[in-house]
Amino acid sequence: MPGEAELQLRERLNRLRSLPLLRGARLSGELERLQRQLDRIVAEPSDEQIWRSVELARHPDRPYTLDYVERMLEDFVELHGDRGRADDEALVTGLGRFDGRTVALIGHQKGRNIQERSKRNFGMAYPEGYRKAMRIMELADRHGFPLITLVDTPGAYPGVAAEQHGQGGMIARSQAVMARLRSPIVSCIIGEGGSGGAIAIAVADRVLMQENAIYSVISPEGCAAILWRDAGEAQKAAAAFKPDAVHCLELGVIDAIVPEPADGAHTDADAAAVLLKDSIGESLDELTGFSGDELRRRRRARFRSLGTLEPVKAP
Amino acid sequence: MAARIDVSIEHKHALPEAKADGKPHPNTCPACGSHYRDDELAQHLNVCPQCGHHFPMRARARIASLADEGSFTEEAAELRSDDPLGFFDLRPYTERLAEAEVATGLGDAMVTGHATLDGAPFQLAVMDFAFMGGSMGRVVGEKFTRACEAAAEHNIPLVSVTASGGARMQEGILSLMQLPKTVCAVEDLHDSGGAMISIMAHPTTAGVLASFASLGDVIVAEPGALLSFTGPRVVQQTTREKLPDDFGLAESNYRFGHLDAIVARPELRDYVARLLRLFGNAG
Repeated sequence: MPGEAELQLRERLNRLRSLPLLRGARLSGELERLQRQLDRIVAEPSDEQIWRSVELARHPDRPYTLDYVERMLEDFVELHGDRGRADDEALVTGLGRFDGRTVALIGHQKGRNIQERSKRNFGMAYPEGYRKAMRIMELADRHGFPLITLVDTPGAYPGVAAEQHGQGGMIARSQAVMARLRSPIVSCIIGEGGSGGAIAIAVADRVLMQENAIYSVISPEGCAAILWRDAGEAQKAAAAFKPDAVHCLELGVIDAIVPEPADGAHTDADAAAVLLKDSIGESLDELTGFSGDELRRRRRARFRSLGTLEPVKAP
Repeated sequence: MAARIDVSIEHKHALPEAKADGKPHPNTCPACGSHYRDDELAQHLNVCPQCGHHFPMRARARIASLADEGSFTEEAAELRSDDPLGFFDLRPYTERLAEAEVATGLGDAMVTGHATLDGAPFQLAVMDFAFMGGSMGRVVGEKFTRACEAAAEHNIPLVSVTASGGARMQEGILSLMQLPKTVCAVEDLHDSGGAMISIMAHPTTAGVLASFASLGDVIVAEPGALLSFTGPRVVQQTTREKLPDDFGLAESNYRFGHLDAIVARPELRDYVARLLRLFGNAG
């Protein structure tokens, strides 16, 4: 079922084709990638393609938040600590310059080796991490900085201390802070968009998703364990709940797909960062000109409309 | 003040005897083993007269326990979920939905509407765990949102009663989107000056705990209710940590500062009435 998503891509493709080739090779590369996305959308992703997205989203060489930060932002200053209890390194927060303007950034961070992974807790934040994120959101609001969030987490950390420190409530309040913000917000799912831990920092005006990222209500393994009573059926579960970017676009959950280098972001972090920066820049441009109250109203309306049902649908 | 019943001790004894085969009878108290007829339980608001254990309470009974008799008018009752993903696990989602409706007599896992308590008007949103584990899909998200909008429009408080395993997997990413959707609805309600009272019953977990249920102006829970983002089994399996006996229970949440109070079911009506007087315009 193509429709909306296909139309959007076709429109973007036509727009790019009609542009004078100012950026030369990069633009033609972009054209090629859009055409590829369009081909994918017209042909619904197969179960195998969905699973490939799951694998690529979790690829150990996939660029993480800090890989993009060093390629997209100038003068980045990382800000630490939740001003209450701890500095959760599974979430990176800070300020930097994006195309000349100051932005606030929040992103999940995974690690590349064992030490780093345990330091970053595999990108699974504690409530302290979300409290740090809220502090940065409020900072952005106070100073009128646009907020960029990069989502890449298997989920919020499932531990005893995390529960005792109020994991559920903190995820709820983080979303509430985003719903209140008067700054423009652009979020991109850059790897795993795992459930509550992801949505906690993804209540944005524009939600983007990289071509091979996944966004889901539960991990394929978790879903398989519950519904199939066998975590080994993860592939079947993923095919059933369709966490890939094309389906998310069709369902209206994301606004656009960010293209990746041909074989995936992990093959060329520089190219992936250029493409990501282009998309985020485009989204930020779309949001300039709206007042803070207007942004907030539209943001809430965007989420209000998700999954709205026809009034009467009796069996 | 509310009676506080620490069920963690009973809990400790109850665990080892996890019945070898088959589930225990739903009218047998898992804490003390007493057994009741349906009418005996109903008469005591589904609270064990022996030990105070809170049995699950269905949405209709809950509404009756919180509203003036005959004052409840249901809204959005016609909403039904379709199957946006064509979801099929061991059985099709549509079949599970139909079966749940037949078994519970409900269109989905939440009943919403307007009622009065001691004459004070309020909006109600009550979840029913019997309908697919009280899971939140698009119908629950939509009903809750409309309840917030109605409360804002009529300038009356909203009382929510939650009992949910979390987001409904069968609606995939769209059910995750019900988290921000309901959060935005509460924000709109709060902006309009409206109040929300959140009552967490057993269990209030995952997606519902991580969204509207945690945003009440006042948050209370029933004794012994499990209120955790991740359930004890998954925490145990993932972390191999030794779980405290009261892991995720209302009593633990209260101790860590996540709840305003733990209120036993027999006191709940008066407690809510008092809050409605405090928040309501009637004064």
